[in-house]
Amino acid sequence: MNAATPFTRLADAEWVRVGTIDDIPRQGARCVKTDGPTIAVFRTEDDRIFAMQDNCPHRQGPLSQGIVHGNCVTCPLHNWVLSLETGLAQGADEGSVPTYAVRLEGRTIHLNLQNSPAA
Amino acid sequence: MARERLVIVGNGMAPGRMLEHLFELAPERYDVTIFNAEPRVNYDRIMLSPVLSGEKAFKDIVIHDDAWYEDNGVTLHRGAKVEKIDRDAKTVTSANGITAEYDRLVIATGSAPFIIPVPGHQLDGVLAYRDLDDVEKMHGYAATGGSAVVIGGGLLGLEAAAGLHMKGMKVTVIHLMPTLMERQLDTAAGYLLQKELQGRGIDIRCGANTKQILGDDKVTGIELEDGTVIDADVVVMAVGIRPNTGLAREAGLEVNRGIVCDAQLRTSDPAISSVGECVEVDGRVYGLVAPLYTMAKILAADLAGAPIDNYVHSETPTKLKVTGVNLYSVGDFAEGEDREEVVMRDAARGTYKRVIIKDDRVIGAVLYGDVADGGWYNELLRKGEDVRDIRETLIFGQAFQNAGNSDPLAAVANLADDAEICGCNGICKGAITGAIKDKGLSTLDEVRAHTKASASCGSCTGLVESLMALTLGDDFDASAPKSMCGCTHLGHGEVRRLIKANGLKSIPAVMQELEWTTSGGCAKCRPALNYYLLSDWPGEYVDDNQSRFINERVHANIQKDGTYSVIPRMWGGMTNSDELRAIADVVDKFQIPTVHVTGGQRIDLLGVKKEDLPGVWADLNKAGMVSGHAYGKSLRTVKTCVGTNWCRMGTQDSTGLGVALEKFLWGSWTPHKVKLAVSGCPRNCAEATCKDIGVVCVDSGYELHYAGAAGLHIQGTKKLTTLETEEEVMEVTAAMMQMYREQGYYLERIYKWADRVGHDTIREQILDNKETRRAYYERFVFSQRFAQTDPWSERVSGKDKHEFKPMADLSSPHAPSQMEPAE
Repeated sequence: MNAATPFTRLADAEWVRVGTIDDIPRQGARCVKTDGPTIAVFRTEDDRIFAMQDNCPHRQGPLSQGIVHGNCVTCPLHNWVLSLETGLAQGADEGSVPTYAVRLEGRTIHLNLQNSPAA
Repeated sequence: MARERLVIVGNGMAPGRMLEHLFELAPERYDVTIFNAEPRVNYDRIMLSPVLSGEKAFKDIVIHDDAWYEDNGVTLHRGAKVEKIDRDAKTVTSANGITAEYDRLVIATGSAPFIIPVPGHQLDGVLAYRDLDDVEKMHGYAATGGSAVVIGGGLLGLEAAAGLHMKGMKVTVIHLMPTLMERQLDTAAGYLLQKELQGRGIDIRCGANTKQILGDDKVTGIELEDGTVIDADVVVMAVGIRPNTGLAREAGLEVNRGIVCDAQLRTSDPAISSVGECVEVDGRVYGLVAPLYTMAKILAADLAGAPIDNYVHSETPTKLKVTGVNLYSVGDFAEGEDREEVVMRDAARGTYKRVIIKDDRVIGAVLYGDVADGGWYNELLRKGEDVRDIRETLIFGQAFQNAGNSDPLAAVANLADDAEICGCNGICKGAITGAIKDKGLSTLDEVRAHTKASASCGSCTGLVESLMALTLGDDFDASAPKSMCGCTHLGHGEVRRLIKANGLKSIPAVMQELEWTTSGGCAKCRPALNYYLLSDWPGEYVDDNQSRFINERVHANIQKDGTYSVIPRMWGGMTNSDELRAIADVVDKFQIPTVHVTGGQRIDLLGVKKEDLPGVWADLNKAGMVSGHAYGKSLRTVKTCVGTNWCRMGTQDSTGLGVALEKFLWGSWTPHKVKLAVSGCPRNCAEATCKDIGVVCVDSGYELHYAGAAGLHIQGTKKLTTLETEEEVMEVTAAMMQMYREQGYYLERIYKWADRVGHDTIREQILDNKETRRAYYERFVFSQRFAQTDPWSERVSGKDKHEFKPMADLSSPHAPSQMEPAE
């Protein structure tokens, strides 16, 4: 599972394997612990994978514990809805959460932790 | 076959309604041509008052839009006033030169407002109150503020006055008679009405006669016979109407006060009929919409060649369309030696009720303030029912006849099928419930479209909604069309019905078949659908964990910092030293920061890390403790007192019953949380009378209470009954749980569900009818077979392991190569 990644311009060293797609239930999420913030890795109904910081911009609720629907997750604490693609709060709420680049090789998930978080 | 030619002179509500009936009965029979003096389509004249007051817009009161005329192939000549009927040639000709031939002609010229010919009545600023033009002119005056005088304190005059007042004008009403609306109200009700309107700031002068209207070319005020001068920028005359009979008279038809018609509404020329306010039938002319709609029905049948009824006079109830004023009158309420009356007044509430009885029959009723029973009195009047037996309580209304039953649905349920619901359109109860059933109607708009009930003045909307609630049961949502969420236009009731009716057994199936507008639903609808499916298909549906809120997914309560709280079950609030010791050990072992005693008689361990949950549960399981479901929309606690075990006041073993109930009910998922309590005596130490279901033990048995609440909303329970044995308590409680599980909307507590479906319905189904009770009970028992597994021990044994471990740990003490995904 250490295949090279010819299709990215980023150095391989920046990509970290965190598990496989089968580790995450559809419409669910799992956590990846780091020295910095915990990262939530989401799997949508149609098997797309997204990663973002596991803290809601509102009151730091653990987004990995929320309900995943479409391209969004609803925070378990106060029902903020965040786009998995952009990290932006949806609807009337304003705020955003940093996202991370994800690469899928076969069923293996790699995250780019160097990725400067999207604003 | 060539179509016959039907020509209609006039385009008001009566011919409009007549055409609707005609197109239903004989859509192909006539080519229809309408001559309309007004430049508009047919609109609802009786709703002009809300337009005047600004509560509605013109577009809200249009009955037939342009498309309707087109769809029905009707030729509409607008602004074309018919000037001549040639009965020999069978033609009509309009002022703008249009001539049309007819086989049948309908004169529907309506009426014109009566303008008192006092000096000054032709001045600019003197208006009638008849059509939209008048309303628009009034709006023009109101926009400048200023003051208005309304001449006439009848129905129309008062509606005009209230509307102008709402638009910000200073309004004075001049009324010739000593009390307002004397034709519809007795003196007492007229007085209450006058007080109400004066309280709003409308000046009312009764017994006042207008001498002249002042002004040079524009109105400046009026002078009364007694010399009083009142300033005014506009004068509205609303003193009555006069049938428009000129055209008929010139054509040589028989005309008296109105165009004289027989009971089939044919004029003295059998090729010519008439309908509406211009008609005189059996010596009467009419100005209210209900009799005109009856005429429309009869005329349509005659034109269609269908069997027809004769027109028979009936009393029409009167209501005043002024927001906030409730009055209702019907029939004859003059005093007389041969009649008696029953009167009830409540000065504090400002209500007045008077029922007039002659020969043991109701002949009239006047209600002010509380008009809920108007329909019932009208029904008694219409049917000529003998009221001797209910004479004593007649004045208290219909609800009282049913042993003090205050359920509003019960009153409607008790109405006979031929009881009139919509007075404007003459629609009876049976017609509405029949249409709901036959045509599968589920929204108010649909019922209005199909039956016309509540589609005119709208004052019977509440009754129609009650009928819908009765007929549709839990499928009716009065607040419809309130959808579950943004993913569907369907409401909870509709979705629940369709899940069962269409045999939908998965969330994707529901979303597909019911045309969800989003691909995967949202955080509102998914937990609801998951519950509905779980409740409707026990043993078949596989719980979708990802559609559950986090607390139910991991069987613990998430806290604000992302840790969890753990509450083991303590059956009936009972515990012992082993359990307490195990709890103490768990607290030490996992360094749980907070231990708290809950309101539901158990112990809450707060601040548990998610990864520690399986370990905490494993230790609690070892001591025999299971999940308390404190996190779920499910059975929470059964609170008890110590009852006859210890208490000198105890009447029954409340503790034992509470434990038994909890062991029977635990594990079941419900629309919202369910809390019970059992108190051992009426002192009620377990606070059973604010629970979803509560039992209060008494010497003779067990009082069963339900529908209490003590959260955001505080409400005492309703007592269902007193039962004799614990077994009965168990059966009735389980039956109620199951009825609520099957009918409740997601996140609707028992008290809300009960209010929605009606306490009578609940009582009927789980108390009176032993069969339905047993069936609910058995379905509950069946469902419990799949529900009573301790979710904690399942997870201790490895279920959903992924929930409790990070997928990867990249933090420093570990090398990335050591990272293995869990599972």
